Amino acid sequence: MYPTAKSAKQEIAHAKSPNRLAKILNSQKVVPYIFISPFVISLLIFTIYPTIKAIIMSFQSVLPGQVTFIGLDNYSRVFNPVFFKALSNTTIYVILTVTILTIIPIILAVLLDSKLVKFKTLFRASLFVPALTSTIVAGMVFRLMFGETDTAAANQILNWLGLESVDWQYNAWSGMLLMVLLCSWRWMGVNILYFLAGLQNVPKELYESAEIDGANVFEKFRYVTLPFLKPVTIFVVTISIIAGFRMFEESYVFWPAGSPENIGLSVAGYIYQQGISQNDLGFGSAIGVILMIIIFVVSIVQLLLTGAFNRGDE
Amino acid sequence: MNRKKSVLIKSVINLCFFVISFIALFPLISLLLASFRPSTELMRNGISLTFDPSELNLNNYTYIFSEAGQYWTWYGNSLTISVLTIVLSLFFSSLVGYALAVYDFKGKNFFFTCVLFILMIPFEILMLPLFQLMIDTALVDTYTAVILPAVVAPVAVFFFRQYALGLPRELMDAARMDGSTEYGIFFKIMLPLMTPSLAAMAILQGLGAWNNFLWPLIVLRSNNLFTLPLGLSTLLTPYGNNYDVLIAGSVMTIVPIIILFIFFQRYFVAGLTVGGVKG
Repeated sequence: MYPTAKSAKQEIAHAKSPNRLAKILNSQKVVPYIFISPFVISLLIFTIYPTIKAIIMSFQSVLPGQVTFIGLDNYSRVFNPVFFKALSNTTIYVILTVTILTIIPIILAVLLDSKLVKFKTLFRASLFVPALTSTIVAGMVFRLMFGETDTAAANQILNWLGLESVDWQYNAWSGMLLMVLLCSWRWMGVNILYFLAGLQNVPKELYESAEIDGANVFEKFRYVTLPFLKPVTIFVVTISIIAGFRMFEESYVFWPAGSPENIGLSVAGYIYQQGISQNDLGFGSAIGVILMIIIFVVSIVQLLLTGAFNRGDE
Repeated sequence: MNRKKSVLIKSVINLCFFVISFIALFPLISLLLASFRPSTELMRNGISLTFDPSELNLNNYTYIFSEAGQYWTWYGNSLTISVLTIVLSLFFSSLVGYALAVYDFKGKNFFFTCVLFILMIPFEILMLPLFQLMIDTALVDTYTAVILPAVVAPVAVFFFRQYALGLPRELMDAARMDGSTEYGIFFKIMLPLMTPSLAAMAILQGLGAWNNFLWPLIVLRSNNLFTLPLGLSTLLTPYGNNYDVLIAGSVMTIVPIIILFIFFQRYFVAGLTVGGVKG
């Protein structure tokens, strides 16, 4: 009798323990951790680990089967003429794309938001479509339109205007123009949408009271519209700067094997060239760390500008 | 007088918008037109504004549908990779976004801040160690290597959290009363309610995977595993005699996306305007 009771008790305990496990697994204290765990694990493997590894590798000489600590050697090597060329190309590219992709979309968004424009949906959609293309396919079309022959579209236009044909891919200025055009063409519509969303925050009554005060169109734009667009402008500028510093494909598509005198070399392109093509992982990582620092500084300046740090927990 | 002037201004502005829209669509229109022209001429002359309408033909398309098997392999690769990326990244990040929105747990704020900082880490610094990781694990030249890093999608986590904050919590309590588990609540009740945000993020992630170039360029070696942008870029040589595949193939990478865009415009806009930083 006694052993049976014991085994019955055990049985109950056995039956209970998966039940208890199920209960634990279903408690609101445990569930969120289970929910976030797949993401956390992949985050650790595919983001945190590579970031730390890159920082470590930037102080190493990484050869197959032979990794040696070399201190700041990679960093002192980074500051060479080619890197500065890449950095200055990238900086010019950032300045141009940010200017174009902020000022023009603001103007177009304000016009699209006004009563002046009909067919708003059509215009918005057609300006947005380029964002659907890949840089590679779009860049290929640009390459064929900006070919160096007199029969390519861009040179045809120049010739009609009585100007000489241009070897678009072989001059520093025109190479930069190609990359900036490609990027601006693809992102214009997206940025217009950001600003259109921002314009929904402008209280319409303010325009009326400004009108009563005798403000003209430009004054209304300057003193009513622009201040309300400040947050979205800072956001657009920040993401454009970050995307600009990461530029790679816009250059690769025009010069897959490297550009003449590095007219199209970007910082990311330099990482690819050194880290992957030349297989110098340590040196490539050092460039990567510098790129990351640039992007961090930009992001933090942006957070300071928007006052994200003083806003508390929300 | 004043009314006349405003009508004039209106028509000038509208005209300007027609011109701007035309410029925006022009490269795509000329790509489409060029795809109906002889590919040899395209290679020699580039895309010209002038052409002889009588030379338009379907040769590039007949070629690509009958002989260019390679192209369809790339197409299949891109489709597979995009679908798997969408499924995995949406699954992982919707769970996180939802958990951050509806549960209180220790370390929540810390975790959220971490994700915020991770958004700022550029892929360009990760790619070298990731490449080495793929070599060490013998994953180079596989779909797995292409897909895995794309599974971490912090932007999607933000988006889902924001969306899930607006979900009705009463439903959760009611479901608990009925004996539903937390998992059941998520999969059977809340996830279906999150469909619009899932659609937007599917488009963001899918478009990203479909158009992604740098990472596949690094980890893929074999021609028969290439994705579309990668494969098409190999055809873009000055000596190439593959311009027929290149031009007709490019059109066919864009057309399905534009068709999807026409039907799901709202989700495209929502998806693409959240992922400004995506690469």
